[in-house]
Amino acid sequence: MKRFCELFRELDGTTKTSRRHSALQDYFREAPANDAAWATYILSGRRLKRLVKHGDLRAWGAELAELPDWLFEECYHMAGDLAETIALVIHEDRSRPVEGSLTHWMEEVVAPLGEKSPDEQRITLQHSWSQLDAWSRFVFNKLITGGLRIGVSQRSVVKALAATFDIEPNVIAHRLMGPWEPTAEFFEQLVSEDAGEADLSQPYPFCLAHPFDADPESLGSVEVWLADWKWDGIRAQAIRRGQAWFLWSRGEELLNERFPDFDDDLRSLPPGTVLDGELVGWKDGQVLPFGELQKRIARKRIGPKILRDVPVKFIAFDVLEHQRQDIRDTPMKQRRDILERLLVNREEDSRLMISPAIEAANWEEMASLREQSRELGVEGIMLKHTESAYQTGRVSGSWWKWKIAPYTIDAVLIYAQAGHGRRASLYTDYTFALWDGDTLVPFAKAYSGLTDAEIRQVDKFIRSNTQERFGPVRSVKAELVFELAFENIQESTRHKSGVAVRFPRIHRWRQDKPPEQANTLQELKAMMPVQRLPLLEETPSAGGSE
Amino acid sequence: MQPLLVPDDCGLYCAAGDFHIDPWRPVEKAVITHAHGDHARYGSQKYIASPDSLPIMKKRLGESTNIATLPYGETQRINGVTISLHPAGHVLGSAQIRVEHQGEVWVASGDYKLEPDRTCTPFEPIRCHTFITESTFGLPLYHWPDQQDVFRQINSWWSANADEGRPSIVFAYSFGKAQRVLSGLDASIGPIYCHGAVEALNQAYREQNVALPETEYAGRSDVNKNWGRAMILAPPSAQTTTWLKKFGNYASAFASGWMTVRGQRRRRNVEKGFILSDHADWPGLLEAIKATEADCILATHGYRRVLVRYLQEQGWEAGDLDTHYEGEQDDQPDLEPVTAGEADEA
Repeated sequence: MKRFCELFRELDGTTKTSRRHSALQDYFREAPANDAAWATYILSGRRLKRLVKHGDLRAWGAELAELPDWLFEECYHMAGDLAETIALVIHEDRSRPVEGSLTHWMEEVVAPLGEKSPDEQRITLQHSWSQLDAWSRFVFNKLITGGLRIGVSQRSVVKALAATFDIEPNVIAHRLMGPWEPTAEFFEQLVSEDAGEADLSQPYPFCLAHPFDADPESLGSVEVWLADWKWDGIRAQAIRRGQAWFLWSRGEELLNERFPDFDDDLRSLPPGTVLDGELVGWKDGQVLPFGELQKRIARKRIGPKILRDVPVKFIAFDVLEHQRQDIRDTPMKQRRDILERLLVNREEDSRLMISPAIEAANWEEMASLREQSRELGVEGIMLKHTESAYQTGRVSGSWWKWKIAPYTIDAVLIYAQAGHGRRASLYTDYTFALWDGDTLVPFAKAYSGLTDAEIRQVDKFIRSNTQERFGPVRSVKAELVFELAFENIQESTRHKSGVAVRFPRIHRWRQDKPPEQANTLQELKAMMPVQRLPLLEETPSAGGSE
Repeated sequence: MQPLLVPDDCGLYCAAGDFHIDPWRPVEKAVITHAHGDHARYGSQKYIASPDSLPIMKKRLGESTNIATLPYGETQRINGVTISLHPAGHVLGSAQIRVEHQGEVWVASGDYKLEPDRTCTPFEPIRCHTFITESTFGLPLYHWPDQQDVFRQINSWWSANADEGRPSIVFAYSFGKAQRVLSGLDASIGPIYCHGAVEALNQAYREQNVALPETEYAGRSDVNKNWGRAMILAPPSAQTTTWLKKFGNYASAFASGWMTVRGQRRRRNVEKGFILSDHADWPGLLEAIKATEADCILATHGYRRVLVRYLQEQGWEAGDLDTHYEGEQDDQPDLEPVTAGEADEA
């Protein structure tokens, strides 16, 4: 654990990727396999779930530090990180650097917390806190809360492991997907040369596209590009192996239990098949707005009503494993042919469909087809080079997402809250409102899109124009106008404004506009697409097997 | 009874004696706690300050400024009010101002810290009825580590960089903090260079017989110089300037109490944060307050609302004073340096 705390300090203490990389390598080279397994687990962003309630952590931290709750909260708002706040407010003279291995701490102290009564948890935590020095206390808290924010990700861990043990990063990434237990055996397997039998359920690392916003003519001939719609759903892999099927989200969540209705269709695929695609809500020949699908994700138990209300489809656009062979290096064009053969002759009501290819004679035609995106309920067009392999991570040059321009609207800043991590103690989380008659109705929150200099300026405005405080939130004088961009809009009963917008972010600060000139709620509602075009019948040149 | 000191449009005003403490607008008579820019401002007719503040104030406010000095512990009567200055331990020449009128004693702390500092006279608690305290770091998050440990960290970081042939740059406020860092450097590791703003203050410190290791002005060009083993001290405002380019592949650090919190350090965009402050930390504020045996505590700039609420809950009579020190942030000091080279520690 001492070594792990040092690693944590090294990672946190540099802004250079190369230094983080070598610090990780040093650690993996030296650490015993069980510690290395836990380090991989923690640093790649996994955590043991539901160990201790955050409210309890706060209360017990405040209690040990002998602080009233409000004062602990003030500290939390300044530090912007619970693990760090607890580490800093406790001052113990008898504290010292940590002893025992990382495995010991994880398996004997942290993991058992989940099984303990709140009272036992309190005793364990307060005892540990008072024994550790401030830095170890911080790292210990991070083991419980997760959310490391030290500039490492699964990707950097994969890279470091690959470099340390001289294995392909793809192999490491693949072995790290899906469920695994951080044990010495697992780690030895993870870094072993021989892959052995791949776990039946394991998905492949997803290949991601870069946004494209240049002139499409710069891509060369339209014929070397495979185009299909960019669906607005959940990116997922559908796996059919052995006797089983698995549906994995890009966030590495196993979705089987939420989507039992895929059972028949996925079982109908030949064993040894992995498809990449988008999971969408689908009704009457058209894709449902994302919010509908969200209702299904939010449910813990899937009853017959929700199955009926939000039918789903898996729209496949790639095949990664075919006849038990990894075919990710096969050119896109051939993978597409295989995909078409796999999904040919499906019934209309099948839960599996192929993403129709968009055919255009030239870029001009492609661009005009893209203009229909909004009516079709899609986000734009995906372009994949016909010769491209299925790579790991975000790739440049061979996969592009060519999205339509977002919706934009001018709104007034009315509430603000301090951010977290790097933005702690700056007001960076904003709520925006639109006019409804002469009142301002909040309709969206946005966190990103301003430069650091603008953030400081807005922060200053907020501090000197605060009207009321509600805990960490301040209401501010309605004066600043921002142009917000968002991807989609739909009716919502959960929002005061009656509409929900998707991915709102700040497009620019309209310093030229007084608040009276911001847009109205009616104008926002008027942006909702009046009618969605059914996709299958009217999509021009819908290729494939339909 | 009228309070002895009240903030007016210009500063902390003593009506009985007709003078101001640390006025933010020009007044007739200004008693100055210390020479940082937000406490010693330009334009008043007469100033009273400690002898150690004199050279720095003249440098900053102009040689012709009318400044009378009052050594620590000596008294002076102004219109029937007795004032005296007492060490605040903040920077060279920093003072708390004791004001006595008809048996009533107030002390205005200015900025202070309790830890020893080789570059200035240590803080002395003064008994009083009302104590006006700063609260820059008035949150229980702030608990300074032992400064010898911090100096060891700075030296071993410098030494490791030097072994890799990378120059080390520490950003520190040019007046006070930079000299304190200097006083803890191990000059056997390599040569020490300073930005012009820092070097000017070093000279003032040396003139007051404060021992500092040898330093050299880092100059304007010298691109081809070998900076490999160098330590460079620069004000935070230099961080975004092209002046840094000549040092090549340098390692950077910031020395400040704010470095306690990781998010602040990352916002500074430096690799290292050394926790070194010239202000009192949370336990320091509470200790200083207790030591005055005051009945009433008034808090100024910083986390004054937090400190006041806490003190009230602990049974003190406490209130906050609206002053212009450290800008006008209501619950938080501005983190950005104010002006080039002259930024005072926030």
